Amino acid sequence: MNLITKHNRKGRLIAVEGLDGSGKSTQVYLLKRWLELEGFKVFFTEWNSSVLVKNATKKGKKLNLLTPTTFSLIHCTDFADRYERQIWPLLCAGYLVLADRYMFTAFARDAARGCDPEWVRNLYSFASLPDITFYFNLPPEIAINRILEGRPTLKYHEAGMDLGLSTDPYQSFRLFQGMIHEKYSQMIREFDFISIDASLPVDVQQHTVREIVKEKVDLPAFKHRARSGL
Amino acid sequence: MKFYGKGIPNINADDLTGKLIVIEGADGSGRSTQIRLLTDFLEGRGFGTVNVGLKRSNLVSAELEQAMQGNVLSQVTLSLFYATDFMDQLENNIIPALRAGFIVLADRYIYTLMARDILRGSDPGWLQTIYSLALVPDAVFYLNVSPSFLIERTFQKKDSLDYWESGMDVRMSRDIFDSFIKYQRRMKAEFQKMKEMYRFEVINGNRSAKAIAMDLQKKVELILNI
Repeated sequence: MNLITKHNRKGRLIAVEGLDGSGKSTQVYLLKRWLELEGFKVFFTEWNSSVLVKNATKKGKKLNLLTPTTFSLIHCTDFADRYERQIWPLLCAGYLVLADRYMFTAFARDAARGCDPEWVRNLYSFASLPDITFYFNLPPEIAINRILEGRPTLKYHEAGMDLGLSTDPYQSFRLFQGMIHEKYSQMIREFDFISIDASLPVDVQQHTVREIVKEKVDLPAFKHRARSGL
Repeated sequence: MKFYGKGIPNINADDLTGKLIVIEGADGSGRSTQIRLLTDFLEGRGFGTVNVGLKRSNLVSAELEQAMQGNVLSQVTLSLFYATDFMDQLENNIIPALRAGFIVLADRYIYTLMARDILRGSDPGWLQTIYSLALVPDAVFYLNVSPSFLIERTFQKKDSLDYWESGMDVRMSRDIFDSFIKYQRRMKAEFQKMKEMYRFEVINGNRSAKAIAMDLQKKVELILNI
């Protein structure tokens, strides 16, 4: 059983977490824009996006081949591919790495699916903890309503249908998101999340996020030295 | 049966009435021949058997194969891809067969996966925790064959040494022959280390297929009480 530790590299890793509908992707996008416009070295990565692993994940989901264990493993494989080839080398190269969802998403979802939380934490122990983790905290009812307002077609796993909570996708989604919210709440202290009230206006949240980044990161050190093409 | 650790959620190991027999050993150690002979022997005696092996899962085997051709995966990613492949087969093939009372013959198991990764720098504790979900087999037979013997067997079957089985990615030598010998020696050393912990029976593989098969049959008879 291995513990997850911090890195000692020049770069800084900033992760955002929260329920679907919490607005975290908007917030991390605005953070990225600001850092880019200020001329800092920034890299952005998002959950479940490794080109290599994505096809297997898609097939597994489509054909309903996944169990909680293989669901967990295949998402960790995707994460490992991005971590080893991008996140880690960029931290070594002194970048600000922004991650839309990080290992905590897996901790919340996999635990909700019945995986042993310690087993999942061990699985991700090859990766470092973020330097800052913003948690966009929103009561699950509000987050759920934001998603369901447009009556979207919910995907099977997105709705947590594999948990067998309800045969109605919308009801299943509500129950599943409630469970995930609970898992996140339990992690706030364990992993030093910085909780942001996600019910506030977008610009107010973003102002807080930028203030915190300025305070915790020595930003001038992240200026591009060699700018190409300018 | 039991799991090495806490096991898989919602699976009760007491329901598994079949037997799990693992054959471990390098490429060219005669594993597949022995599995075939053991299958004949068991089916001849009226036992239902199921064969499993690495990189045979529905879920990721094709993608894993593709990724290995391109040599584009980093170490942890490759490890986890193999773990996914293994767990998919454990949950979808091995466990259902054991529940139905079959004899499952596994052509390699978690030990090869762990040995390969430890040799490439993975943390043993990390791997042990990942594979704590695996079932403890009823027997593990490790076919111990000297690297020079392995080379002879390989060249009888194919006209070249395999990139991965020669450990070329570990970069112990630029010369594939030299690398193969060094790599297989280190794999043997890793298996030796695991022998006590995982209770392998070491089988002398430097013998004829028939002599090894007779040996294995006797041991399997004891396990099955026949």
